[in-house]
Amino acid sequence: MWRRILALVRKEFLALLRDPKSRIVLIGPPLIQLLVFGYAATFDLQEVPYAVYNEDRGAAARDLLAAFAGAPSFQKVADLHAEAEIAPLVDARRALVVVHIGPRFTADLLAGRPAPLQVIIDGRNSNTAMVAQNYVRSIVDRYNDGWIAARDRQGPPARLVMRAWFNPNLESRWFFIPGIIGMLTLVVTMLVTALTVAREREQGTFDQLLVTPLRPDEMLLGKMVPGFVIGFVQATAILLVATLWFRVPFLGSLPAFYVGLALFLLSSVGAGLLISALSATQQQGLLGAFVFMVPAVILSGFATPIENMPAFVQTLTLIDPLRYFLVVLRKVFLEGAGFALLVDQFWPMALIGVVTLVLAGWLFRHRMY
Amino acid sequence: MSPARGGAAMRLSGLLRKEFLQIVRDPSGIAIAFLMPIFLLVLFGYGVSLDADHVPVALVADAPSQDSADFLAALQGSHYFVPRVAGSLPEAEQALREGAVKGIIHLSADFSRRLRQADGAPIQVLVNGVDANTARLVEGYVTGAWGAWLAAQSARRGQKLDMPVDLQPRIWFNSELKSRNYLVPGLVAIIMTLIGALLTALVMAREWERGTMEALMVTPASMSEVLLGKLGAYFILGTGGMLLTVGLAVWLFGVPLRGSFWLLWGCASLFLLAALGMGLTISTLARSQFVAGQIAIIATFLPAFLLSGFIFDIGSMPAVVQAITHLIVARYFVAIVQTLFLAGNVWSVILPNAAALALMAAIFLGITWRKSRKRLD
Repeated sequence: MWRRILALVRKEFLALLRDPKSRIVLIGPPLIQLLVFGYAATFDLQEVPYAVYNEDRGAAARDLLAAFAGAPSFQKVADLHAEAEIAPLVDARRALVVVHIGPRFTADLLAGRPAPLQVIIDGRNSNTAMVAQNYVRSIVDRYNDGWIAARDRQGPPARLVMRAWFNPNLESRWFFIPGIIGMLTLVVTMLVTALTVAREREQGTFDQLLVTPLRPDEMLLGKMVPGFVIGFVQATAILLVATLWFRVPFLGSLPAFYVGLALFLLSSVGAGLLISALSATQQQGLLGAFVFMVPAVILSGFATPIENMPAFVQTLTLIDPLRYFLVVLRKVFLEGAGFALLVDQFWPMALIGVVTLVLAGWLFRHRMY
Repeated sequence: MSPARGGAAMRLSGLLRKEFLQIVRDPSGIAIAFLMPIFLLVLFGYGVSLDADHVPVALVADAPSQDSADFLAALQGSHYFVPRVAGSLPEAEQALREGAVKGIIHLSADFSRRLRQADGAPIQVLVNGVDANTARLVEGYVTGAWGAWLAAQSARRGQKLDMPVDLQPRIWFNSELKSRNYLVPGLVAIIMTLIGALLTALVMAREWERGTMEALMVTPASMSEVLLGKLGAYFILGTGGMLLTVGLAVWLFGVPLRGSFWLLWGCASLFLLAALGMGLTISTLARSQFVAGQIAIIATFLPAFLLSGFIFDIGSMPAVVQAITHLIVARYFVAIVQTLFLAGNVWSVILPNAAALALMAAIFLGITWRKSRKRLD
């Protein structure tokens, strides 16, 4: 029996890797994509382009603008001299933030009146706008604290002391890179599995496979192995790049990571083979791969938290294996989690894997054309 | 009409008919063009949101007093939070570790006493930093609630709150900062990138693989006509999908379309040409459906999702990565739709991006045309 399976596994690997283009697609892009995406995926803003419209010649306005100029995440692109210049600049996306200081700014401050500071932010990307607004607020807060302290005036009766666990500087890259490992692993298993059965069906070789002594479960095993092996190798390479190149801390246990990976591969290989077994043509297989993969990524909690989703979408995410694997990855990387905290994530992936694989194996024999 | 031109028109309409017959015969093509955009846009339009509402937080007051109750009431009044009172700090920390709450607001035993001292009382805010963005949002919400509480406190005591600079942010184009208003137009671009590539990624490879390309070669139709037939058929399908998604964005999700619809149509057509061209290029270069499918999976979705400016700000990426984003077709269309939907007809954004789309379309279609001359190998 093992001889038969081994022969089938060999044939599957040959079918995958014989075409040099296919070899390149399987090995190169996932690693390159990790490097590119690792730098791209962050909500932290760099060099926010801002413009200044200052109508006040006082020293206080100058000091406040110096605080903006000194902030590393801001980059001045223009000095404006009229209100009418603001709109074209923002419309054309040349400035994300416009700081407008009115003519009585210094006078108000010196008189002890609240001095209004108008800040215009391009809200086309509302998340970027919100982050930029927080940056501006922290500059203004620091300026206010300095002003109060320098004049020995009474500060607020209570102040906030903020602390963030697991990621003290709130670097969003630490959040996204473990997620990218999960996404790329999913993509690689889809590459390997989603089209295999469909291709054999379309070319007629699947019928030949069905008349061999191989039983459906043996065929299933033979089709699973390449997805597993390639998924393991890729995920390990990506893990090394994430920790050694991007320096994302890896605090948890390596065995827990690999158990999570094995279960995730089980479920995603299962989903890929099920899609493939359902398709009569490769076109349908490709459609199925996208219909599964795109929602699996977008609703996994990778960029937008699952808690923000409405209840029915949250329920739908329960059948998304990536959802569980992302939690495993983030907990293992950043929170140092071991097995005990992860069991709740492990068993749903195992369940998805078993159900999809059983269905796929059944379809091998029962979906005929 | 000269006889030669009439012949070309007839050949082209014949090829178009052939493509449509093929599309109708395998229903997955129709599914890609019409069902998938509806399915994806409805799912994501409802599902994808960055607005954290009703964030669960734990409140801990070591020595409950009138002052602490007062501050907690200010938090409870905010719709951003679902506060729950925890008995002790370790209990709250356990909830934070398990993910049951996103943050802890902790008032120490001397809160009331220090509130009346010169340096003020500390309010400790602990957040789970793993999801840095949500953590920042929680911090921002707490800061807002704190500011409102301070103002109410000083008003009650008849004092004026000492606030030297009063920040007055104005968010243009999306004053309520509703993330759906910017995510839904972006989703239209992402989804149509996928549809465009999916529609065409396999068609050329299929003809080569099945040997029907050779059959086409012996017909009087030139290769340009064969390509034009394919492009035309899928362009019509893609336009249908595009109209569906834009209609859903406006009528189902209520995203304002402030720019001109016809301008959007024009830009969308350019974009479709580029996206279909990318699919045809993949298909032509790969020659086998299997490899073409693999390339389509790896080259379309994740790059469009992460590098188009749909969700991550391109300006904050390192220069090398910014340069790479110029290769992503979706990038130009995301910029156009976000501007056309939320800001209006801003020519300084639309013209350069539309030109880039036209260039990408020309490059992709050019490669396809060059690589699929009539030759056997």
